[in-house]
Amino acid sequence: MTLTDTALVAPDILERVLASALRRGGQFAEVFVEDRTMTGISLDDRRVEELSSGHDRGAGIRVVVGETTGFAHTADLSEEGLKAAAEAAAAVAREGGGGVRRIELHRSRPTAPNEVRTLPSDVAKATKVDLLLRADDVARSNSDSIVQVSAGYGDSRRRIQVANSDGLLSGDDRVRTRFSVVCVASGDAGMQTGYETTALTVGFELFDLRSVEDVAGEAARRAVTKLAARPAPVGVVPVVIKSGSGGILFHEACGHGLEADHIVKDSSVYTGRIGEQVASPLVTLVDDGTVGPNWGSLAIDDEGRPAQRNVLIEQGVLVDYMWDELSARKKGRSSSGNGRRESYQHLPMVRMTNTFLMPGKEDPEGIIAGTPQGIYVAHLGGGQVNTATGDFVFGMTEAYLIEDGRITEPLRDANLIGNGPEILSKIDAIGNDFDMCPGTCGKDGQSVPVGCGQPTLRITGVTIGGTAGA
Amino acid sequence: MPELIDLAQAVANQADTGAGEQVEAYVSRGRETSIRVFNGEVEQLASAEAAGIGVRVVRDERQGFAWVGALDESAAREALAEARDNVGYATVDEHAGLAIPDGAEPAVLDLWRDGLAEFPAQSKIDLALDLERHVRAGDKRIRQVVSSDYADSMGESAIATSTGISSSSRRTTCYLFVYAIAGEGDDTQTGFGYSVGRATDDLDVDQCAADAVDRATRLLGAKKPRSSRLTVVLDRRVTATLLGILVGTLSGEEVSKGRSLFADRLGEEVGPPQLTLVDDPTDPRALGATPFDAEGLATRRNELIGSGRLTGYLYDTHSARVAGTASTGSAVRGGYRTTPGVGARAVALLPGELTQDQIIAEVGDGLLVQSISGVHSGVNPVSGDFSVGAEGLMIRGGALAEPVREMTIASTLQRMLQHVRHIGSDLEWLPGSSAGLTLAIDDVSLGGE
Repeated sequence: MTLTDTALVAPDILERVLASALRRGGQFAEVFVEDRTMTGISLDDRRVEELSSGHDRGAGIRVVVGETTGFAHTADLSEEGLKAAAEAAAAVAREGGGGVRRIELHRSRPTAPNEVRTLPSDVAKATKVDLLLRADDVARSNSDSIVQVSAGYGDSRRRIQVANSDGLLSGDDRVRTRFSVVCVASGDAGMQTGYETTALTVGFELFDLRSVEDVAGEAARRAVTKLAARPAPVGVVPVVIKSGSGGILFHEACGHGLEADHIVKDSSVYTGRIGEQVASPLVTLVDDGTVGPNWGSLAIDDEGRPAQRNVLIEQGVLVDYMWDELSARKKGRSSSGNGRRESYQHLPMVRMTNTFLMPGKEDPEGIIAGTPQGIYVAHLGGGQVNTATGDFVFGMTEAYLIEDGRITEPLRDANLIGNGPEILSKIDAIGNDFDMCPGTCGKDGQSVPVGCGQPTLRITGVTIGGTAGA
Repeated sequence: MPELIDLAQAVANQADTGAGEQVEAYVSRGRETSIRVFNGEVEQLASAEAAGIGVRVVRDERQGFAWVGALDESAAREALAEARDNVGYATVDEHAGLAIPDGAEPAVLDLWRDGLAEFPAQSKIDLALDLERHVRAGDKRIRQVVSSDYADSMGESAIATSTGISSSSRRTTCYLFVYAIAGEGDDTQTGFGYSVGRATDDLDVDQCAADAVDRATRLLGAKKPRSSRLTVVLDRRVTATLLGILVGTLSGEEVSKGRSLFADRLGEEVGPPQLTLVDDPTDPRALGATPFDAEGLATRRNELIGSGRLTGYLYDTHSARVAGTASTGSAVRGGYRTTPGVGARAVALLPGELTQDQIIAEVGDGLLVQSISGVHSGVNPVSGDFSVGAEGLMIRGGALAEPVREMTIASTLQRMLQHVRHIGSDLEWLPGSSAGLTLAIDDVSLGGE
């Protein structure tokens, strides 16, 4: 089934609410309506601790007057409730002079990035619980050194409706499912952890694409491997990053710096650099909300714009930034479909969807073999960037030494630190493989699901924050 | 509007106690205002009320939970029905159960200021505008004030259970936050400042602006340093972050689940004799102060490390039952959408004698760490591995020297505690659940060139 048609509030009510939002003046008004249901189940210490269900429903209304945005939200979706929120949001419009404005909404029917086959709400709770018990069994049977396992299942359905004073009326029905496992292994040198997750913008068919046994086995393997790990070195070393979770590097190193809200405020190292060489010619970076069931996929963004493919860097040259409605208006252009928000209680801002580096030509094995000494990072955790300076960090959660072109000993967890523009120019090899992975991106207190991806690649020098003499 | 506690009690009263069912209702309601100014104009003004209910049901040694983001009878009905349905899917757990009143007296805390509600929106806007102006005027090298924010919240919550718990509390908070960019030639550095309080009288625009200006400008010209092993002096904000991580490893839940590096180590020496660590939510200066924990038990002062020896862990009702002890009143929850877990609210080290300047002089050669990054990706609270990005100023001959950036500092949590050399006298309560003070730690790896 393709789930994009929703009507939480009747269009004629939305028209009247928008008109009342602009009654006292203003250039733009918008109503964002949301109905979200979710299920979460947690297993820890051999027990399913609890099954939790949640339901949220409400609307966020914004009114733009000059440079100012007024915002209010309400859990009351009646016409009176919505109009009261519209009044509150319009409080920023002091001058008056709005008069009566008639708004006619035109419905658009967006294309969903993929089909949802099995709604999680149609699956028995007991079936979901069983996934966790299976994961626990598999992880513990993996090795005697596994001393603790925790696992989490989550599904959510978010039906949204967006209407604005330009006449836009659109909706989306987003179904997401995720599953994660954390294992703790214990050995002579203390405890180590291994984490693995799978998450897609799909229904319960997630588990046809990847089994919980596979996820649990990977988490266990990661923890056990690190029991024999030695402290990571300290200093600048060549780094080869395996395809997949390394996409977080590009999300941090340049993705955030290419968000137009940072550009219009001149708070990004990439401001004013369109057309310039900002990365190695091997680098082509894309943000694309339409690529299948990935974690950051959407039919429309949270401002009602259809998701689209945006090439950000092409062969090392900066092509464009990512835009939401307000940053685009400031520059007299249109949004790139990157306006997102955590919920109806939040204002939208420029966010990434699925951000990835395009594959190159080299054999991944050959990249490792061509690296005499260095570090092979098989899995990255999270990261953080300062967009104004470009300095960023990311944590390695599975890494090995490379000695004489071969992967050798495992390393303990450590952060890597670099400067975005510098690191991008130091990429000297890109593999012909590719993988995507899910993540949660935090910005200004709001979390949204994103996808990250990249082929295997090598950076000639990154500072690694270990404790062993380099 | 009905009182929250009455709403919670009405749900708890529906428990089928004859069949051994326990019901807990947690209800909360809050009003928030947030203002962001940019270039002398209001960029965003948001005001909203949010409310919700979370219901826990325990029956036959199993727990179920459900929440609804609304506060009316139908929301309460939906949450209770869903939570009851969810009970059957949990694993039987002999330790499952809600909190039972333990006779501890709640602290009398004054966390609510009526004045905040009456403070006009225009005056809030003026505070943010004033802050932006102060930062711009603070130094000619300030190139941009990316955002200057004012925000406040007035929140109330109540918990009632069929086991006899009945508690409610309310609080106001407000804060200023400013993020600035300094530039000189091609060089760009950033700094932020904040000020927090229960009412606008507590906010200090001058100090907040000066902090952001100083932090951004003093890093101008920063270079990547050489790798070495040295003594680091952590600024107050950095220490507060470190304490937040450390106290997570002292959770009774993590201990009983075998995930704490301090498990089975009660009574052992984990740090130098001057090291005493306490979580005390009854201290009114702490922003996390509260008379009741998230299960409705009275909060209390809990010593975790006393004179360098590990003296205790934090427990909520469930983890205490598993460990065969009593709750320390340390249940926390992230609002009505989550079940309670163990957490600290007001962690602080016992302050020492020296100011930050005296510690810098005493250390002689080392690194003053102004800020750290990548804490969620670079610190593993189970293994203790600690590796974060850092920026700050080198310390040479007992004084601050050149600024440094794009480096890492690394050690393990265990080693860092053992190597604490000086604890500052400059204790300050910061946003979050911990207090900051200057802390000098020996033998940390600096990763640079």
